[in-house]
Amino acid sequence: MRVAIVAGGRTPERDVSLRGGHRIATALASLGHETWTVDPAERKLVESLRERPPDLCWLALHGKEGEDGTVQRLLDLEAVPYTGTRAFDCELTFDKVLAKDVLRRAGVPTPDWVVIEGSALRDLGAGASLPTAIERIGLPCVVKPSRSGSALGVAVVERAADLASAVMAALSYSDAALVERRVSGTEVAAAAIGAPLESLPLVEVAPKDGVYDYGARYTAGATDYWAPARLEPAVAAEASNAATMASEVLAIRSIGRVDLIVDDRGQPWVLEGNVSPGMTDTSLVPMAAAAAGLSMAQLCDRIIQASNSP
Amino acid sequence: MPFPTRISSPMAEFSIDRFVDRYAARAAGMTASEVRALFAVASRPEVVSLAGGMPFVQALPDDQVADVARAVLAEHGDVALQYGGGQGSVGLRERLVMLMAEEDIDADPDDVVVTTGAQQALDLLGKLFIDPGDVIAVEAPAYVGALTAFGSYQPRFLPIEIDEDGMLVEQLEQALVRGERPTFVYTVPNFGNPAGVTMSGQRRRQLVALCREASIPIVEDNPYGLLRFEGRAEACLRTLDPENVIYLGTVSKTFSPGVRVGWALGEQSVVQRLVLAKESADLCSSNLTMLMTEHWFSDDARWRGTLAGLVETYRSRRDVMLNALEEHLAGEATWTRPGGGFYVWVTVPDWLDTKALLAAAVERQVAYVPGTAFYPDGRGANQMRLAFCYPTEERIREGVARLGSLIHDETELYRSLGG
Repeated sequence: MRVAIVAGGRTPERDVSLRGGHRIATALASLGHETWTVDPAERKLVESLRERPPDLCWLALHGKEGEDGTVQRLLDLEAVPYTGTRAFDCELTFDKVLAKDVLRRAGVPTPDWVVIEGSALRDLGAGASLPTAIERIGLPCVVKPSRSGSALGVAVVERAADLASAVMAALSYSDAALVERRVSGTEVAAAAIGAPLESLPLVEVAPKDGVYDYGARYTAGATDYWAPARLEPAVAAEASNAATMASEVLAIRSIGRVDLIVDDRGQPWVLEGNVSPGMTDTSLVPMAAAAAGLSMAQLCDRIIQASNSP
Repeated sequence: MPFPTRISSPMAEFSIDRFVDRYAARAAGMTASEVRALFAVASRPEVVSLAGGMPFVQALPDDQVADVARAVLAEHGDVALQYGGGQGSVGLRERLVMLMAEEDIDADPDDVVVTTGAQQALDLLGKLFIDPGDVIAVEAPAYVGALTAFGSYQPRFLPIEIDEDGMLVEQLEQALVRGERPTFVYTVPNFGNPAGVTMSGQRRRQLVALCREASIPIVEDNPYGLLRFEGRAEACLRTLDPENVIYLGTVSKTFSPGVRVGWALGEQSVVQRLVLAKESADLCSSNLTMLMTEHWFSDDARWRGTLAGLVETYRSRRDVMLNALEEHLAGEATWTRPGGGFYVWVTVPDWLDTKALLAAAVERQVAYVPGTAFYPDGRGANQMRLAFCYPTEERIREGVARLGSLIHDETELYRSLGG
């Protein structure tokens, strides 16, 4: 099969995307596929694809454009098949504000949250509502950009006085900031691949400095990972179920990852879904696959097969 | 259910870093960072980067550089392509002594060791002088490359603040009274990186006297001294106290950073150790580029003419940046007014975090270096370094305008948050 790996792009996760794209290319080449990399930041995507039409685009982009449905809609228009989730569902999943609402409506447990929109601050006087946000959510809380990845712009707020600066930092990455109740417990990632989606073993994430930030994600050795996660079987099953429900609600296809925290009482809380999870050498989906006995090549093969199914 | 496997463990079936338990403690700070991730985007051509301190090598007459390279290979090919001595060739050291004489430094070629850029000299000095826990006094803010080079040897930094006249020597004096005993003091006294500030004559004399009395060596790093736009040069620290000052120079700004030629000038005892340290690091600098550099500086009219052109370009770009800052950031920020070098240091209101702001800046297609990079202790959150050396005047105007608009919007946002 002729596979164009779409990687790079113009977001802060450009480097992560290129590294993951390279690993995917190596794996697909070992399976006998003809692969090449297309970087939309280097050349217009449509131009590249028309010059050398692929049978399939492997979407290894992260962040805006890659995960928010923009590229997917364009490929739908160009009638080029692609890996992963459909455009509308990408847009929904990538926007944490929308995704959390959808999850809650479907009965998937997700930590309580409120939203501070940049435009509401500027035009509607939302700044006066910050104390209300603290009252509603409590401290400590986690402030996140609504549309960003790799924990970029994320901050844990312990004191009310620090909320405003955390909101400003989050708004540097996105047009809205999510203020979410901080759940303490065991962080786990639930990867799923294939069609229909099949769950891989849960990976437990234990950052050595306590916070799974950008550095902890992409510095080899900065975080300990356990696969399967060190959870009681019943607790692990419940976490897996919550992740599966989230994947179904968000309509994640062929490859995805749901991030959760299991609190001290064993209750799983879904934090977010990812339609284009990282595929670098420190990324969670390849780890989960390895824990299931799948090599990188076998993992990629399953995703390719799933992407070809209707 | 399979037995849980700790994936980062070297014993695991699947390890993300099999050496994770083997790295030295000094490698602990070598981690991925958000700022680096953003710089990957900032290098895109549509982004005006005011971040990198890259010399404007496009101004070099490439036909003349090519002539030099050809002549070196044609006339000295057997030497150029061979190993060299650890101290660097005598011919080049004589040229470097001549360059230092431009700044009234009296030096002997025997007291010079050629290094792979002055950056290597920083590393070698760290190797020679710093034991874990030793105290190194640095300007605050300081050159980030020195902080990382010395940082590998696990010192404790003693940051000494600066003002428009450079290092506040009385702060160092107070630290000595408190009992601090720095192994050495590191300073960039001319048009420093990142602040663009030059140490006044009085401060220089104070610093030299204080360090001599306390028997604390000074490391004087002078990459920008010959990039003077105006005013009279103050005496180099090395000139004020040749015995107690180790001087570092480079041709990266006067010729080319690509040749990787820097040097250290010190007492024979230090030079001998530096040569041994240099030989254990990389045996020798490149004979090819040492010969090219020697030849480049052998033609007086050529190197002086080229340097004069570079200085004029940088001066003009500095003016454009200062004017643009005045136009777009007056009342919202303050900044330094460098009389030479590459950098302007901008201070924004203390509620503004320049590291957090960088993502929004890159989104608006302008980049800078957040201030915290230049402090060993987390300070500088409301500061940023802007480089005027590389972008064209038009790009500088555009970049500063984008930055001004961003900071203006952030100010509005902050006010809306009740600030």
